[in-house]
Amino acid sequence: MFGLVDCNNFYVSCERVFQPRYEGRPVVVLSNNDGNIISRSAEAKALGLRMGDPYFQVKPLLQQHNVTVFSSNYALYGDMSRRVMWYLGQSAPGVEIYSIDEAFLDLAGMEKHLGSLDAFARKIRAGVKARTGIPTCVGVAPTKTLAKLANRIAKKNPDLGGVLYLDNAARRAWALGQVAVGDVWGIGRQYAQKLTAAGIDTAADLARVSDTWARKHLGGVVGARLVQELQGRPCAGLHPSEDGTLARQSISCSRTFGRPLAAFADVQAAVASFLSRAAEKLRRQNDTAHVLTVYLSKNRFATNVLPPFSRSATLTLPSGPTADTTVLLSYARAMLSRLWEPGTLYHKAGVVLDGLEPPGTGQQLSLFEKPASIPNKREEKSLKVDRPGLMASLDALNQRFGRGTVRVASTVLPPAPGGRPVPAPWEGKAQWRSPAYTTRLEDLLIVR
Amino acid sequence: MKDVDIIAVPEPGSERFLLPLFSYLVPAGFPSPATDHLEGLFDLNRLLLRHPDATYLLRVSGESMAGAEIHAGDLLAVDKHLEADHNHIVVAVVHGECTVKRLVREGQKWWLKPENPAYQPYEITDTDELRIWGVVTHVVHELIPGKLTALIQSLD
Repeated sequence: MFGLVDCNNFYVSCERVFQPRYEGRPVVVLSNNDGNIISRSAEAKALGLRMGDPYFQVKPLLQQHNVTVFSSNYALYGDMSRRVMWYLGQSAPGVEIYSIDEAFLDLAGMEKHLGSLDAFARKIRAGVKARTGIPTCVGVAPTKTLAKLANRIAKKNPDLGGVLYLDNAARRAWALGQVAVGDVWGIGRQYAQKLTAAGIDTAADLARVSDTWARKHLGGVVGARLVQELQGRPCAGLHPSEDGTLARQSISCSRTFGRPLAAFADVQAAVASFLSRAAEKLRRQNDTAHVLTVYLSKNRFATNVLPPFSRSATLTLPSGPTADTTVLLSYARAMLSRLWEPGTLYHKAGVVLDGLEPPGTGQQLSLFEKPASIPNKREEKSLKVDRPGLMASLDALNQRFGRGTVRVASTVLPPAPGGRPVPAPWEGKAQWRSPAYTTRLEDLLIVR
Repeated sequence: MKDVDIIAVPEPGSERFLLPLFSYLVPAGFPSPATDHLEGLFDLNRLLLRHPDATYLLRVSGESMAGAEIHAGDLLAVDKHLEADHNHIVVAVVHGECTVKRLVREGQKWWLKPENPAYQPYEITDTDELRIWGVVTHVVHELIPGKLTALIQSLD
């Protein structure tokens, strides 16, 4: 059994934790440079505001309905995400962090210990709420794809109390009928059009297609697995977006190691290679990332291993969004040394890139400016500067001669010196950014 | 399992504040022979952040809790996970704003009480309306006024 915990309107919810006066009122959060809407409260959704709406276009509507507007505050979102993931890591036997606001829980065999998984899901949901103030929905099902689907239904139907457990065939059949085929995890817009043209309108219709049909019309083995997952048969290592057709909101790369690793250098090399892969995907979809998460898992089946089995670190990149492998690597190494417990056997690691936005928005100002640099810190300058030309060559070489032909050897870069985020000269507008309530001393919430 | 596994990564390179615990008095001078008697490193986070995922640092403005030795500029460690009870000092949400007060039960009535005669207690007439943001577990009060402010500025 898998659980999917997904935070509701995550960025908006983070803002509301520290400014409760915005509860029950329409709120939106804008992307970097105050460009587009990237998070909406339920009240804002009800006004017809959509994801990606350009701010300047909907400004009259926002004003007319007195919608509160926030600039994105990745320092806050990253820290709140870290808290949510930390708790999930403590509570469930296995956690795979999927994005800044979503995580899969591996609940295999847990019914024996937990009794009802429905009750467990409700406990998790209440726990996240109590510890962070963030509302979530939880879907529980035999496969990841079905857990995603269950979560989606839980989100749309408040009557369910935020939890849907697809514990039997009848309930699964009902759930499949609730979801349009385009809303199935991994089905992009193009496939959705193709499918509806073929008379396949719902997830239930899709679950009925034959293996052969899926292989032929849904991108080969990826599509066949997707259909199997909908039918309730778990496919290990499923990465529905692996075909690269779908621009992702977050990019994750995780692997179980071939054998458990105990040496820091080994795990670091593994993380470096996952990160290189993720950064390559990031560049391929022409995005940069604001937030980096690294996580490590121990073998939960080992008798001498104590929970938590997974530990994670989330960092809002102090030098600003980047797609540069070397920059990301130097941060990842520092994060890894925090997570590292000497004498531990690790069996899995992963990285997640979040807060994705295309480069260039607001960067025009940098034409005659040095890129994001932190004054008086030489090392910071040399390590944290994007090298798009180098990255382009790297990607070109790897595309031509095969993945991993050219790799970054700098997996042993020293950690960046301390120093809190300094707004880069080109960072541009963030007119309505809230304070970094949880990560900067001078931004702490003030109570009277 | 370690009691507190801090996975907070504010920024790479920023170290935890580890204070050495010595088993005997440290004579002045360097290098210190006391290092042989180092008992371990005590992380103040373990005290202030017992539940690291649920604890938040807040700052105080005003003197409404002066009687409880909570003063303007103090740092509060606030645990959102702890269940608030009678006599706890809490951060409560009143009319959408966060306020620090003592939660007091008198018979069937609940109050948010300031500890300063210049301020009025607030009666919670409708318990549905009361929202506890978190329970205050520790107060960090600076004895040399301005030092904390200076520290904060030096971090910039």
